[in-house]
Amino acid sequence: MNILKLSTKNLSRNKLTTFLNIILVAFGVGILSILFLASTQIGNKLESNSKDIDLVVGAKGSPLQLILSSIYHIDFPTGNIPAKDAQELMQNPMVKRAVPLALGDNYQGYRIVGTDSTFTGLYGLKLNQGKFWSKDLDATIGSAVAQESKLKVGDKFFGAHGLSDASDEHKQHAYLVTGILAPQGNVTDNLILTNIGSVYKMHEPNHAESEAHHANEEKEINNREITSLLIQYRSPMSVVIFPRMVNQSTNMQAASPAMESARLFSLIGVGIETLKWFAILIMAISALSVFISLFNSMKEKKYDLAIMRCLGASKVKIFLLVMLEGLLITVTGAIIGLVIGHVALSLIGHFQESSQARLTGIYFVMEELYLIGAGLAIGVIAAIIPAIQTYRVDIANTLSKDK
Amino acid sequence: MIKIQSLVHQYPNVPALRFPDWEIKDREQWLLLGSSGSGKSTLLNIIAGLLKPKGGNVIVDGTSVYDLSLKAMDQFRGQKIGIIFQRPHFIKSLNIYDNIAVASSFAGLPVDGKRILMLLDNLGLAGKAKSYAEELSQGQLQRASIARALINRPSVLIADEPTSSLDDENAENVISLLTTQAASSDASLIVATHDKRVRNRLSKEYLL
Repeated sequence: MNILKLSTKNLSRNKLTTFLNIILVAFGVGILSILFLASTQIGNKLESNSKDIDLVVGAKGSPLQLILSSIYHIDFPTGNIPAKDAQELMQNPMVKRAVPLALGDNYQGYRIVGTDSTFTGLYGLKLNQGKFWSKDLDATIGSAVAQESKLKVGDKFFGAHGLSDASDEHKQHAYLVTGILAPQGNVTDNLILTNIGSVYKMHEPNHAESEAHHANEEKEINNREITSLLIQYRSPMSVVIFPRMVNQSTNMQAASPAMESARLFSLIGVGIETLKWFAILIMAISALSVFISLFNSMKEKKYDLAIMRCLGASKVKIFLLVMLEGLLITVTGAIIGLVIGHVALSLIGHFQESSQARLTGIYFVMEELYLIGAGLAIGVIAAIIPAIQTYRVDIANTLSKDK
Repeated sequence: MIKIQSLVHQYPNVPALRFPDWEIKDREQWLLLGSSGSGKSTLLNIIAGLLKPKGGNVIVDGTSVYDLSLKAMDQFRGQKIGIIFQRPHFIKSLNIYDNIAVASSFAGLPVDGKRILMLLDNLGLAGKAKSYAEELSQGQLQRASIARALINRPSVLIADEPTSSLDDENAENVISLLTTQAASSDASLIVATHDKRVRNRLSKEYLL
C-alpha cells in the first residue's frame, strides 16, 4: 500500500470535512477561472473585432456607445449622420478606407447591417456558400446566423424594426439569402449583411418603391442618412489630426476604438478586480480551513502516525503522507474549480442575450495552469506545519501516553 | 539473538536508569518483570529502536541498532522486530487486512495476502479481515495486533503489558497465542508485564 492510497483512505474517513474543504477551494478557483476565461475572451473579441479600424465616425453622443454599436454591434447607435457629410469624409486624403454602416433592423436578434463592398475587404470576409449581396434585399449571412436560424441560400426572411426586438416585422419586403460567410471568429459571424439601399427600402417603403434602383453604391447613400463610418487611416500621422478635425469642424463625432476599449476595460475592470480579490479571499479561507482540518486531524491521528513509525515508516514518509493529504484536497479542489469555471461559462454563454459577445466554456487560457499551481501552493502552505509536527513526533513518548 | 550491554538511559530531572546486561538467544521466551516505573517500557522502546539510550549498546540479529542511520533503523525495526502494545492501536481509516498489509509496505517488503489471512485464521479472526478496528472487541484487537507483529516474520517479538487491559479469558488466550505463534515463527519473545496472571507462563525471567 503506497502513501497515496493511505492518504486517500485517511481523507475519505472524514468525508464531510474533506468535501467541504474541496468545495471551498473549488469555489475560489472556479470564480478566478471564470474571470480569466471571460476577460480573455472579451479582450480577444474586442481586439479581433476592432483590429483594422482606426476610427468610428457617427452622431454625437457617447463615444463608447458609438464604438459598441458600430464595431461590436452590442449597444444602440447614437443616432444617424448625413450621408453627404460622411461621403465627404470618405474622400479625405487621410482616409485609406471608409466603410459606411446603416443599422436599424434585425432578424431573430441578429443585426442587419447595410453596408457596401468595403466591409468585406475590411474584415477579410470569405464565403462558405453562395455569393455576396449585389442588389437591394440580397443578404449575406454570418456563419453563426446560418447555424442558429437554419437559413440557407435561397431562403427568404423578413427583417424586424429595432436591433433586438422581432415583433415589428417589415412584411412588405423580404430579404433573400444569397450567401453564407465562412466562420470568421469575430462579430461578422453574427451579422446579416446587405446593401444600404435595402435598409432605406425597409424604412421608407413608399419613397423607396417609387425610386429607381441606384446601381452605384456611392450615389446610393447621397442625400440620406447612415449610422456611422468605420475608418482606416492612410498614415498613423492622422491619429491626432483627423479625429480633432471631425469633432471640431463637423456635426459628427469621432471615437477611437482603442481608447474606448481601454475605457470600457477600465470600467468593467473595477468589477473584475473586486471579484478577483473576493476569489483570492475564498482561496485564503480554504487554505486556513485545510490547515485547521489537518492540524486537528493530526491530534486525532497522532497514535496512527506513531504506530506507522513503529511499523517501519520513515519520518520522511510520514511527512509526505500529511503533505499529500493537503495537496490532494487542494489539487482536487482546483481541478473541480476549473471544471466549474468552464461549465459555468458555457451556461452563461448559453443564456446570454447578446449573440455578438457570446462567451464559451470550451476555451482554455494559460492562467488556468497557474490556478493548478495555486492549488498546489495552498496545499503546501496548509499542510507544512502539521507535516513538520508529525515529522518531529516522539514515538516512544506518544505511545507511552496511550497507556 | 539480542544482546544488551552497559545500557543507560536518562530522563530529565530523574536518576539515570541502568539496565543489567542481557542476552536473549534465538527462539527464547522471556518475561520482563518489574514494578511500575522500573523502566520495562523504556527498555523495550530502546530494544525496538524507538528511544535512543544515553549509553550502551543494543545488538539485534548481529546488528548494532543505534549504529544504523535513522532511515535504516526504521526499516530494520519494520523487518526484524514485531511490537505489541498494551492497548492495541490500529490506523482508523484502514480495515484489519490493510492494517496488517501496511506493516509489510512500511518495512519495504511485498504484501503477502495469503499469510495475512492465514495469521488471522490462526488467531481466530477469520472473517474479520474487512472489519475496522471500532468493530472489534479489545481481545480481538489484541489478537489482530499479534498478527500484525508477526506478518514480516520478525526475529524478535516484543509485547508491552499485552494482557493488562484484558479479562482473564482473553489474557490467557493472548499469552498462549503469543507463545505458540512466536515459537511457530522462530521468533524470540519478550513480554514486559506486572500482570500476575502471566507469571510462570514463560520459561525465563529478567527482573528490573
